[in-house]
Amino acid sequence: MLYREAGQFKTTYVEDMAIFPIRQDRIALAVLLGIAFIGVPMFATFHIWPFGSDYLLWAILLPFLILALAAIGTNILVGYCGQISLGSGAFMAIGAYSAYKLATGVHIPLGFLGFAISIPPLPVLASILLGGLMAAGAGILFGIPSLRIKGLYLAVATLAAQFFFDWVFLRIPWFTNYAPSGSVNAPALDFFGLVVRTPVERYLLCLLFVVVLTVLTKNLVRSNLGRQWMAIRDMDIAAELIGIRPLYAKLTAFAVSSFIVGVAGALWAFVYLGSWEPLAFSIDRSLELLFMVIIGGLGSIMGSFVGAAFILIVPIMLNLVPTELGVPLSTQTITHLEFIIFGSLICYLLIKEPRGFARLISIGKEKLRLWPFPY
Amino acid sequence: MANIARSLATLATAMLSGAAFIAPASAQNEQFVPILSYRTGPYAVNGAPYANGVADYYNLINERDGGITGVKLLVEECETAYATDKGVECYERLKGKGPTGAAFINPLSTGITFALTEKTETDKIPIITMGYGRADSKNGAVFPYNFPFLGTYWSAADIAIQHVAKELGGFDKLKGRKISLLYHDSPYGKEPIPMLQVLAKKYGFEFTPIPVTHPGVEQKSQWLAIRQNRPDYVLVWGWGVMNSTAVKEAAAVAYPRDKMIGVWWSGAEPDVTPAGDQAAGYKSLMLQHGAGQFPVHADVAKYVYAKGKGSTEPGKVGEILYNRGIVNAMLGVEAIRKAQEKFGQKPLTGEQVRWGLENLNLNDARIKELGFEGMLKPIRISCSDHEGTRDGRVQQWDGKSWKVISDWYTADEPLIDPLVAEVSAKYAADKKIKPRDCAKES
Amino acid sequence: MIATGQFLEILIGGLMSGVLYSLVALGFVLIFKASGVFNYAQGAMVLLAGLALVRTLDLLVVNGFPLWAAIVLGLGFAAAIMAATAWLIERFVIGPLVNQDGLTLFMSTIGVTFIIEGAAEMIFGSDVYPLRLFPTDAWFVFEELFPGGILINKLDVLGALIAGILVAGLAIFFQRTRTGRALRAVADDHLAAHSVGIPINWIWFVVWLVAGLVALVAATVWGTKLGVQFSITFLALKALPVLIIGGLTSIPGAIAGGLIVGAGEKIAEVYLGPSIGGGIEYWFAYVLALAVLLVRPQGLFGERIIERI
Repeated sequence: MLYREAGQFKTTYVEDMAIFPIRQDRIALAVLLGIAFIGVPMFATFHIWPFGSDYLLWAILLPFLILALAAIGTNILVGYCGQISLGSGAFMAIGAYSAYKLATGVHIPLGFLGFAISIPPLPVLASILLGGLMAAGAGILFGIPSLRIKGLYLAVATLAAQFFFDWVFLRIPWFTNYAPSGSVNAPALDFFGLVVRTPVERYLLCLLFVVVLTVLTKNLVRSNLGRQWMAIRDMDIAAELIGIRPLYAKLTAFAVSSFIVGVAGALWAFVYLGSWEPLAFSIDRSLELLFMVIIGGLGSIMGSFVGAAFILIVPIMLNLVPTELGVPLSTQTITHLEFIIFGSLICYLLIKEPRGFARLISIGKEKLRLWPFPY
Repeated sequence: MANIARSLATLATAMLSGAAFIAPASAQNEQFVPILSYRTGPYAVNGAPYANGVADYYNLINERDGGITGVKLLVEECETAYATDKGVECYERLKGKGPTGAAFINPLSTGITFALTEKTETDKIPIITMGYGRADSKNGAVFPYNFPFLGTYWSAADIAIQHVAKELGGFDKLKGRKISLLYHDSPYGKEPIPMLQVLAKKYGFEFTPIPVTHPGVEQKSQWLAIRQNRPDYVLVWGWGVMNSTAVKEAAAVAYPRDKMIGVWWSGAEPDVTPAGDQAAGYKSLMLQHGAGQFPVHADVAKYVYAKGKGSTEPGKVGEILYNRGIVNAMLGVEAIRKAQEKFGQKPLTGEQVRWGLENLNLNDARIKELGFEGMLKPIRISCSDHEGTRDGRVQQWDGKSWKVISDWYTADEPLIDPLVAEVSAKYAADKKIKPRDCAKES
Repeated sequence: MIATGQFLEILIGGLMSGVLYSLVALGFVLIFKASGVFNYAQGAMVLLAGLALVRTLDLLVVNGFPLWAAIVLGLGFAAAIMAATAWLIERFVIGPLVNQDGLTLFMSTIGVTFIIEGAAEMIFGSDVYPLRLFPTDAWFVFEELFPGGILINKLDVLGALIAGILVAGLAIFFQRTRTGRALRAVADDHLAAHSVGIPINWIWFVVWLVAGLVALVAATVWGTKLGVQFSITFLALKALPVLIIGGLTSIPGAIAGGLIVGAGEKIAEVYLGPSIGGGIEYWFAYVLALAVLLVRPQGLFGERIIERI
């Protein structure tokens, strides 16, 4: 009844090809953005329920936004281009550590050449974006094997990137500015004189990054390049026959994906953690991102958000609910139960809907169109 | 399909109702104390006994004394699985609970400590890192909210070298010796390295750090290298499975166990029992206390376990990590008590408890009164010294139990302090913190 | 002479510890061969088998059973647990997911990993439980040739022997028994196998059961080495490169891969490690696997997939 597109006529191609061709979708998105940009900060500033404490903002929304961004990056590679990657954590780490190095100044002594490369500390915004670019570079490098290997073999090959970079940031003190503990502190988040400190400011910063990159990605996957990726994913030989260069398509997918994941990594380190060690970007993070993409729906931007929310929030809820309801269970039992229920939920979802939440949403939309008078 | 939609709807409702309950619903005269623990994952073996000790002591205070001078303790535990991001989530979840928020936080992980250091300062919640955490946070002028009670890793490194020197027959005998550090490759394991480098320079021994990658199940190549290199001593800075694996691998390459000295986190029962007889002779530092029963344990048995409120099997009460949990909880409780003297007998904020922590002063008489005689030496915290005391002993595993084999050592403060000053000054400069003037603090 | 002795010692030690990884990798290969499932849960299955074994053992010994009886009963109970797990996994996860793509199946085994880890620790406890089935000390051989001799770990030798017997046994099982041949038929083409009357679900159950029993064998060796505790699950990650090098579908490949990874990473760690900071065995095996993949995308012993990429 509410979700009916009858009467919405497209009179130009531009209208027909819009990202949200249905008016109701546009309204829903506008409302959502309104809530995200105005509602949430308002509520949080005045501490109105459920923002009575910083918990929702700090511990849920902030990591949700950043991980959703990383999931979008992973989705480009896994969902749009069909290249399974277990190395997303490593690319987050590259983004984070490159950004850190750039923000604190790079000094490479080249003693044997008689001079040194010195770059003064860059502004935070530039560092984060350049961190993403460094991740893109590494992504291209570790994407080269994809030209010869595919499927799960490729997944294990990307694990090489994961473990190699874990080690690099752990063992090479240059990356941590010789911090004795190997743990590094993010620089002050100074954006052209505007210093981001409070949770609300951090939230808005991440939201801005997420929205801009999401819009760019959404348009990219609708472009020529995005169609090339999907062609490679669906059938690589046919794609090659119609003139798509696998080398170009695969490596661009690796580059774009790693860039977004790298930016997310820099945000995770700078904005969320503030102080981190390589363990923050371990194999567990990679698996988590892959889960978000698969549970959310391969090849769906919307799905990445839903998947990120699911993987991040469900364990926390499973952990919170017994305590809050006063069920007399020990922390240990609750955590074990959380594992069991979470694992079962994942299996259940994979069995019931292997194409993820994105598919559920589109089915829901179809039903809604006919509601309340299905044929 | 309808099926899954329905179950999702149920899940969503469950989540919403969960969210509704997050709103605090607590009694008025209660002091909230959070416990960050890890009872699952690779480090559960060591994390669980510690958390049991902490929980039992808080319980004891409520059951025996009815709280701290009438203010009951409201305790909630959160599982971190030793992961930094989960630790941050737990902290955010618990910091605002109770009428006045968390009194303090014990992260029980060096990684989480690093991640929380800045946050706790903004939130004005003190962070107690007893025997771990960042060594430079001894300097309370730069780190007003960090309290590395009883000893940092730099103190530990110095005590270990003192013991080695004593076994060799004097500091001059250290010259030319080879000492290796087998460490957990994380902020925790890396902390002692700068101090050991300073010590190596001072005493002229050859120092080799050998990293072991998390979680430390695979150490064959490290030990084959040790077998070839034959260091005079191996210091072990491990946690969880890494400790017992180190002992076993040492036995396999026939490296004498009595030439191994673990830090105080590498010297508890779960670290040696998996190795069985092979662990006999292995030594470790003691964070003052050891294993065993003390007067306080009698109270725990009487007021907590007799009422069926204990958090572990009674047989495990008195293990080393359990005792460490009890000591940690006691210092926190005493700090709240101290703060109550100044701010009144009511639930206190983190900022008020911070004052209590900084002015904590436990003498022998008070320690005896609390039932900790023989576990602890007097401790006195001040603005410039958040460590309080830096004494330690060495214990040895005889195959069945830990035996204390040395006198007390006191870490060499004049040696450590310049390093503390240097590293904390760098932190202050990075973070643009203006150090407090400790002369003006009362 | 010292250098040669040291090299031999590291080589032998590396080869042996590589075989221990193979014990875990074997379980992966079995399942991948028969059902195309890349089973991430193998490490968790080792933990479950180990916990079931050691907890029964402790319980029985405390109650006065003689050790041999306790071991037999413990092994029996652990095997029963693995059978139940195999049935549950086949019935509720892998069965319903038949014909899904490899990635979905892989992710579902990660879900299974969560369930097994949670359940195993909830039922059997999350402490460290020492298991002492095999000797853990070492021999020193050729002491007259090299100063200090060459160290050989008894447990490693035993592990290698066990792995050898296991591989031989599995080879006979696959070649000579009806079920084994049916397994190979299902692996080749499960639809064709189904149409000639092979009960697919039963076959998959058998495969998961065999993998579970392999996990139990791995648990006896690794449990003796480390003590049965959660960290055993990390073995899954150590076994992955072994299996990629050997080829996902080859049982002898798992052993060969283990030998290559073990020897390679230990030698690299001891000789290259110190000059670039140490700890390189953490990624060395994976980089080795990557290099092998670039030359032979199906692994050293894997079935050649004729396909253009």
